[in-house]
Amino acid sequence: MSPRAAWRLESLGFTSVFDYAPGKLDWVSAGLPMEGATAGIANLGTVARRDVVTCRLEEQISAVKARTDSGPCVVVNDHRIVLGLLRSDAIKADGSKTVEDAMIAGPVTFRPNVPLEEIERYLTDHKIAHALVTTSDGELIGLASAEDVHRQLSESEAGQLAR
Amino acid sequence: MPTTIDRSRLQELLQDQAQLVEVLPRREYEAEHLPGAINIPLRELNSATTSQLAKSRPVIVYCYDYQ
Repeated sequence: MSPRAAWRLESLGFTSVFDYAPGKLDWVSAGLPMEGATAGIANLGTVARRDVVTCRLEEQISAVKARTDSGPCVVVNDHRIVLGLLRSDAIKADGSKTVEDAMIAGPVTFRPNVPLEEIERYLTDHKIAHALVTTSDGELIGLASAEDVHRQLSESEAGQLAR
Repeated sequence: MPTTIDRSRLQELLQDQAQLVEVLPRREYEAEHLPGAINIPLRELNSATTSQLAKSRPVIVYCYDYQ
């Protein structure tokens, strides 16, 4: 749709026309703000905690343990692109291992615009404690616990019932 | 020929006062749109509806995704 709109604008005499082809799905998947009637509705991006412990591939587990003993720890590179996930049990284990050896490579990630009901179902069905939230480019946004998701859903439902 | 841009370039252009237009139907625009975007649905794109746009400034159009 937007390519056709761009060409149409040129036919109308506009000379500086740009087509943001990835569209608003790309924008919202990057966790960027939106305007409009549904823009304020809570989603995974709303509950994801930004203060996430991160680590690098080459680090030793013992160094990560000094920063957190409860995990999880998200493995990122210089561009904050998610490379893996270090779970709590891995952090508590052999401290001489490197993060790269102990991590879960290529963990499942979610976009911030995913509805909370959908995430809650997924976390419950797969018995997962946390949802790793990234942009569509794989850049880390944050971590949402199943508890955070459930709490936000309960608050949203209570708010709707009160109306 | 229109130039295809990514999110990074979009943000640069917006800082340079580019005009942003969502070309999806009105209902979709009203549900959610990029900050500062106006709505001119593709079906309504003509000389009258685009008269509100300045030809001297860049115009960026977008829809939902790669459609």
